[in-house]
Amino acid sequence: MGFLKTFTLGGIHPPENKLSANKFIEVLPIPPQVMVPLGQNLGAPSKALVKRGDKVKAGQLIASGESFISANLHSPVSGTVFKLDNVVDASGYRRPAVIINVDGDKWEDGIDISDKLISDINLTAEEIIQKVKAAGIVGMGGATFPTHVKLMVPPGKKAEYLIINGVECEPYLTADHRLMLEKGPEIMVGIQLLMRALKVDKAIIGIENNKPDAIGHLTELAKSYAGISVQPVMVKYPQGGEKQLIKALLNREVPSTKLPIEVGCVVQNVGTAFAVYEAVQKNKPLIDRIITVTGKAVKKPSNFKVRIGTPLKFLIEAAEGLPENTGKIIGGGPMMGKALFSEDVPVVKGSSGILLMPVEESHRKEEGPCIRCSKCTEACPMGLEPFLLARAARASRYDMAEKERIMDCIECGSCQYTCPANIPLLDYLRLGKNKVGGLIRARHKK
Amino acid sequence: MNNIILISVAVLGGLGLISAVILYFVASKFKVYEDPRIDEVEEALPSANCGGCGFPGCRAFAENAVRQAKNEKSLDGLFCPVGGNEVMQKVAAIVGLEIEEQDPMIAVVRCNGTVAHSPDKVNFEGATSCTFANALYSGEGGCQYGCLGLGDCVAACEFDAIHMNPETGLPFVNDKCTACGACVIACPRDIIELRKKGPRDKRIFVSCVNKEKGAPAKKNCEVACIGCGKCEKVCEFDAITITSFLAYIDFEKCKLCRKCVEVCPTSAIWEVNFKPRKPKAEKTVPLKKNEEDKMQNTVTQAIGIKGQSQTGSVNKEVVGSEHIKNKSEK
Repeated sequence: MGFLKTFTLGGIHPPENKLSANKFIEVLPIPPQVMVPLGQNLGAPSKALVKRGDKVKAGQLIASGESFISANLHSPVSGTVFKLDNVVDASGYRRPAVIINVDGDKWEDGIDISDKLISDINLTAEEIIQKVKAAGIVGMGGATFPTHVKLMVPPGKKAEYLIINGVECEPYLTADHRLMLEKGPEIMVGIQLLMRALKVDKAIIGIENNKPDAIGHLTELAKSYAGISVQPVMVKYPQGGEKQLIKALLNREVPSTKLPIEVGCVVQNVGTAFAVYEAVQKNKPLIDRIITVTGKAVKKPSNFKVRIGTPLKFLIEAAEGLPENTGKIIGGGPMMGKALFSEDVPVVKGSSGILLMPVEESHRKEEGPCIRCSKCTEACPMGLEPFLLARAARASRYDMAEKERIMDCIECGSCQYTCPANIPLLDYLRLGKNKVGGLIRARHKK
Repeated sequence: MNNIILISVAVLGGLGLISAVILYFVASKFKVYEDPRIDEVEEALPSANCGGCGFPGCRAFAENAVRQAKNEKSLDGLFCPVGGNEVMQKVAAIVGLEIEEQDPMIAVVRCNGTVAHSPDKVNFEGATSCTFANALYSGEGGCQYGCLGLGDCVAACEFDAIHMNPETGLPFVNDKCTACGACVIACPRDIIELRKKGPRDKRIFVSCVNKEKGAPAKKNCEVACIGCGKCEKVCEFDAITITSFLAYIDFEKCKLCRKCVEVCPTSAIWEVNFKPRKPKAEKTVPLKKNEEDKMQNTVTQAIGIKGQSQTGSVNKEVVGSEHIKNKSEK
């Protein structure tokens, strides 16, 4: 095997720990009550269309995305709206949500819930984008950016390549891996739909080399589709970042503060491709997703297909309970995931995994002094100097942080992972980004 | 040899003289007139350069004061919180105006979510910055309005006037406070407010900023304001208003009668620097006495229950109750 493609700057290789890689996707039963938060996408929260006591069917529109960057929201279950109230989200803040009491499993008319593959595409680009918008699809990789906005290429720019992100560089997570293995043909149709929507004729699926079965399976399938190719890439974190993936696959560099469309690329997750297939070919809005429940002490690490709004404790129970020495529950992977405030938090469109960390791994180590060893600079995939930025943020030197391009930070956490002094670099970078972002917005307002 | 020295001295001296003459004329030609009172006012100011007055430093305040006195014949809207009335009288005397005395203010921390009242549900490890923690999560006790206890206000204070109490995890303000407002700006949750210091430092305020309904507020913190409206009803001076389940006492209208403190079911209203209440004599209406008893009971009961349910944190509970006592009796 020759040299595999990868991005050039920085990157780390944490232990992969893909414990649930050979576990088939299990469909979980519907819980008695679901909580559907209204702000599930990046951008403005959706506006509720239902009220207390309303009967809803699975797939019925319950909240609409009103502003430009916003997405529709559909009822994941059939039943009665119990109330519209604030529920605790992953960060412990109480935010508005629709709470639905489940009653049976009736679906909205016109939704095809059979497993039959429909591969004929007879829609125009605009029609596909409209359907994607109506189905409320957002980026399934975790950033939850509304997909229809991403598919509308801004005037003056031209998309050349569609890049499908099947990298799954986060340790532990296997949701995308299982999806690629089990729903390959559907993903291929989804990719064709996305290609037609973007008016491109080339699509590359990037998959890390630690998933040889998925690479083999999709390469085999891709042979019968024109323009779609599969490209194995080296195992390196954070290859799943869109800028890193573009660099790895096409050797093109997205300029600072610009979007991938600047170099003629649009990046979509495999999960998004599958959701697009379901939305366009089967009229099924985004109301369920695949989540990995894993951890070293978990009895049954699994991949579940669950409805949006299911409380996480249902998933943990299905994985045979919370291990005794759990110190931290993380929503997402260990690198970019966030510690959850409680296990009553509902599944949202952007949840990709639940990681139950044992106590001994969950605490931070004591912070030491920075000796300018420059390990963080070497690890930074964006070519930044994390120690300098963290220092600037700590000393409230936000002008300096901005000048040193703090806004280019993708918050991958490679710097903090590699720091021998256990300095919470990412915390300070996030603080700095938060402040500098506020300053930039205030400046534009003037 | 002597000649060389003499010539050099003469040349240099001559050059110096000519330059001096040029400089003299240039200086008098391009002279910028500056009111001498600006320097005098600046001298009178405390030179803290804290920005509490709203200007970048004492010099800027002095310039503005003199300009405003000249143009508008008043010093309205200008006040040095650090120097207080004494300094402002001096400033007024320099610019030849009379000003009214202003009530001294003090920063007030409006949160009582101690470890005892709002037990930790999660553990936070990370950057010690309230701004960061505020963007990350709601708080260790679960209250999304309450104090995060990481000390952004302490770092912002230039006067050594606000410190963290390690026992309660909350900041407390001491007598050095000049009401410059730096901590008010630093707090990402708007918990700190500048309030009137009050006669003999007596003041009453609602020590909570939770804007949620009663049940979720109380679930996270037992001394939260639940917006029940009892204080609003009992207040005879219309000083209390309730907006989004949170009572607020207008310090301009409050007459420090302490009736609201008595009726508050969660003891979210604090009285500071009052003498301890005398046991009520026969004169008082029995209802009020009951109310007070009830309030006392709720406090002790709540603390008692907490002490039982949380093994190993009894010490903290005692500390928590003492914290209240100290505050109300100080």
